[in-house]
Amino acid sequence: MNIERISESGKLTLKLEGRIDTKSAPELDETVRTSLDGVTSLIIDLKEVAYISSAGLRVLLIAQKQMNKQGEMKIINVSEDIMEIFEVTGFSDILTIE
Amino acid sequence: MKELFIEAINDNLDQVLAFVDEQLEENDCPMKVQMQIDLAVEEIFVNIANYAYDPETGPATVRVDVTPDGSVVTITFVDNGVPYDPLAKADPDITLSAEERQIGGLGIFLVKKNMDDVKYEYVNGSNILTLKKGLRGEKR
Repeated sequence: MNIERISESGKLTLKLEGRIDTKSAPELDETVRTSLDGVTSLIIDLKEVAYISSAGLRVLLIAQKQMNKQGEMKIINVSEDIMEIFEVTGFSDILTIE
Repeated sequence: MKELFIEAINDNLDQVLAFVDEQLEENDCPMKVQMQIDLAVEEIFVNIANYAYDPETGPATVRVDVTPDGSVVTITFVDNGVPYDPLAKADPDITLSAEERQIGGLGIFLVKKNMDDVKYEYVNGSNILTLKKGLRGEKR
């Protein structure tokens, strides 16, 4: 998985590319844990992500919990298949998806 | 029927997925169904890798069986680790808010939701978990 970080005054966009699975999720976890200082708006762009497993959902939940304390988080460009996973797991009610 | 005998460690996940996907592609499995199957295979294999032989590691067998008409796949995981029925665990409450939700615990739930049938047995010292899924898209 590739993670592109675009940061500008309190707003951070993470553009993800590839599969978010057991092997790649720790890298995203690390990025989320170390990048959110002073961030009030987090945008996670899933345009180039076709697959997310429970390991990836776990990281999204960690990020959402953190951002609930310090600002807002949005997920953008969600494919139909990933949207279905969000719906099945109730994540579609927790996450802000645009 | 094809079988892969492999050490159950997370580093071997890609190899397991490649093995399963190869059989699915041979049967013209739609991408969406393949993703759902990959998701289930990942959750089950990673569970075995993390818990079955903990703190050591051990082997797992992954068996892929597609019906002659190519319409249904059965994937079986066998390990000789501690007896563990992942299906016995209660489903997470998916109506809770982000604050109330526990981190994790979604893996097996996703397996149950994405497969048509999931079965667990403990036979002669082996955990046997069987997944069944129709390959033609819609849930049967």
